[in-house]
Amino acid sequence: MNAQRKQRLTLVLLIVFGSSVAVALVAYALSQNINLFYSPSQISMGEAPADTRIRAGGIVVEGSIRRDPASLKVEFDITDYAHSTTVQYVGILPDLFREGQGIVAQGALDGSGRLIASEVLAKHDENYMSPEIAAALEAAGQMPHMPPTAGKGY
Amino acid sequence: MIPELGTFATILALCLSLILSVVPMIGAYTGNKLWVDYARPLAKGVFFFLSVALVILGYAFLTDDFSVTYVAQGSNYNTPWYFKISAIWGGHEGSLLLWVWIQAFWTLAVAVKSKNLPIDIVGRVLAVMGMITAAFLLFILFTSSPFDRLLPNSPAQGADLNPLLQDFGLIVHPPALYMGYVGLSVAFSFAIAALLSGRLDAAWARWSRPWTNVAWAFLTLGIALGSWWAYYELGWGGWWFWDPVENASLMPWLVATALIHSLAVTEKRGVFKSWTVLLAISAFCLSLLGTFLVRSGVLTSVHAFATDPERGVFILGMLIFVIGGSLLLYAIRAGSVKSESTFALSSRESMLLVNNIIFTVACAMVLIGTLYPLVMDALDLGKISVGPPYFNALFVPMMSLMVIFLGIAAFSRWKETPTQLYISKLWLPAVLAVVAAVVTHWIYSQSIEPWVLLALVLSYWIVFTWGREFISRLRNRDDMITGFTKQSRSYYGMMLAHLGVAVMIVGVAMVTVFVEHRDARMAPGDQIEFRGYTFIFDGAREVQGPNYTSDMARVRVLRDGVPYREMFPEKRMYTARGMVMTQVALQPGFTRDLYIAMGEELENGAWAMRLQFKPFVRWIWLGALFMTAGAMLAASDPRYRKQAKRDAAQRQLVTE
Repeated sequence: MNAQRKQRLTLVLLIVFGSSVAVALVAYALSQNINLFYSPSQISMGEAPADTRIRAGGIVVEGSIRRDPASLKVEFDITDYAHSTTVQYVGILPDLFREGQGIVAQGALDGSGRLIASEVLAKHDENYMSPEIAAALEAAGQMPHMPPTAGKGY
Repeated sequence: MIPELGTFATILALCLSLILSVVPMIGAYTGNKLWVDYARPLAKGVFFFLSVALVILGYAFLTDDFSVTYVAQGSNYNTPWYFKISAIWGGHEGSLLLWVWIQAFWTLAVAVKSKNLPIDIVGRVLAVMGMITAAFLLFILFTSSPFDRLLPNSPAQGADLNPLLQDFGLIVHPPALYMGYVGLSVAFSFAIAALLSGRLDAAWARWSRPWTNVAWAFLTLGIALGSWWAYYELGWGGWWFWDPVENASLMPWLVATALIHSLAVTEKRGVFKSWTVLLAISAFCLSLLGTFLVRSGVLTSVHAFATDPERGVFILGMLIFVIGGSLLLYAIRAGSVKSESTFALSSRESMLLVNNIIFTVACAMVLIGTLYPLVMDALDLGKISVGPPYFNALFVPMMSLMVIFLGIAAFSRWKETPTQLYISKLWLPAVLAVVAAVVTHWIYSQSIEPWVLLALVLSYWIVFTWGREFISRLRNRDDMITGFTKQSRSYYGMMLAHLGVAVMIVGVAMVTVFVEHRDARMAPGDQIEFRGYTFIFDGAREVQGPNYTSDMARVRVLRDGVPYREMFPEKRMYTARGMVMTQVALQPGFTRDLYIAMGEELENGAWAMRLQFKPFVRWIWLGALFMTAGAMLAASDPRYRKQAKRDAAQRQLVTE
């Protein structure tokens, strides 16, 4: 093997080594950080694992928001109109959070089927519905009529 | 009547761009100079008619012509005039018109600034750019015309621009970002033209370089502006969310970063030629992919428009055509490309190769994290999302590695660099970086945080290695002053951009680790103290704005017990849409920002308040500004023009 070939071989080996490390890292990081989405129906049927980071989405039930008078703790129910799930959250809710609005909460279920949320997301447009929630509502057969004008937002 | 003229102008621009994409190309093949010469006037014509269309749309907004659907959806009598103008690109249809107008602008720029290039190359480049323009114009005319009317039942009042967009950020972020996205089409067109003509040489790289630098500068600026906007507009105080749409702009940026480095090797040494072409193709394809992801509604994101399958299918078709076509051309032509020189494993070529590998791998990681949920969903394997921890876990080590090599590369030489040279030049900066990092870190916080320490070591590493290299350059001259003036503009541009990396790293690490925030229920008179600042809530009162009513709170800030500032965060209710928006109160500073956002109103005049102390957050965008300025400086280097003139003179001699 001459010098140039040797160098090329080293280079190729380096690239192969580097990319396998990268692939391993990607696979590991992906397996650690995937958050599955569950609808309230799936949660109430016990399909969602407890103590694992998941996402849950639905419509905030009218009159279900209960605030703690001394802190920023808040509880509310989300529903796909077939079943509902209680979400508990401490902190500031997004601007578009309100009753009847579709939201997605990220967090883990406790033993009693309540979602302890670390993050609550509402979309930045009043007409916009997250595809996940739309699909969940459709699955429960409860898709409300949506206005024909598409939601906008940059 | 006037909006119809807009459609008419768009159609004329389409016709001209179709001619532009065919005639000069045929001319270049058959050697018919007359046909090739059509390219420049056609490019000017396309730009003219698209400018007319854009002005007409702006006129419709300014005159409140709500018979135009797009205007009725995005504006209102009470919208301030500057937001009426920026509302042109506040929605899907208009932002596409801006996209294609910028494409026409770049085409015009190439047409005007290419006097010293061989005419057949100019013809091919402009033809390829014409094809892209034509495709986007077809898309606009068939699926998303901003000039469509709401007749006869046109509304008396518009729906108003989404309040989230009624901000200075909308005025500057999309145009800058699009300049970057679309600017990559110049590098792409040069690459395609070079493949078509079979002349893939150092001259090609030299022509592409300034254009790619300018496009990269705009892309950097656009992404930084978006990050800055999100920081103060969304009320969370985050500056990067790993949102799929952010990723869509980051991917072309990563590949374009690899591209500007690999172009340097191709120009100086005549190697990596086919790799560079591949990067140029990928960068533009990724910016098209970004457009597809954002515009088709397949993503769940703050930016996502509701799904319109027809539009998605059109862009997907275009994407497949562009990627498939250019890769096919690449496969046919790139095989015959020969390297003009060789290089050793330890050389500047290898260093730049390492840069390229890191940036493309980083891009691949972002691509996987962004597309994985879409693929899973399409295969019906569950709805998942990939969160920021994934991206952070991969990005931090990749970029740390990149910075280590960035420092080493300061002393690398073309062709071959003795290992001994690295060791003798690098040990001192390495020691200094560690010492300086420990000392500054200790002075700042009297503690040691591993991530901050790592970031500071890396930043000092960049500064000291390149600083030493700079000093040794000055020493090579007779005196310091000639040393300063004899360095080229592209050299200073490179230094500035690399310094920007160091500045940005400091900002990212400091704000991530030392951020402090309090989410609290505050009744009038309540106070909260942290990081030496006392925040006293004086209650909120109602204030009337032009198109909103607002609850404005007053928060008095004391620093070390002494009155310092008054801050006025707001909760605005935009009347036209009935939409609530948080208006953040910011007290920006070089080493820290104070950030107050209002949450919801609680009983008895109390509010949920979010108070944040954000150290060094400005440095993130300052670093990006350094990179932008550096790339602009490098692109303006007179050597490109001089060399092009020399080349032109050479050709003259040969043909005579």
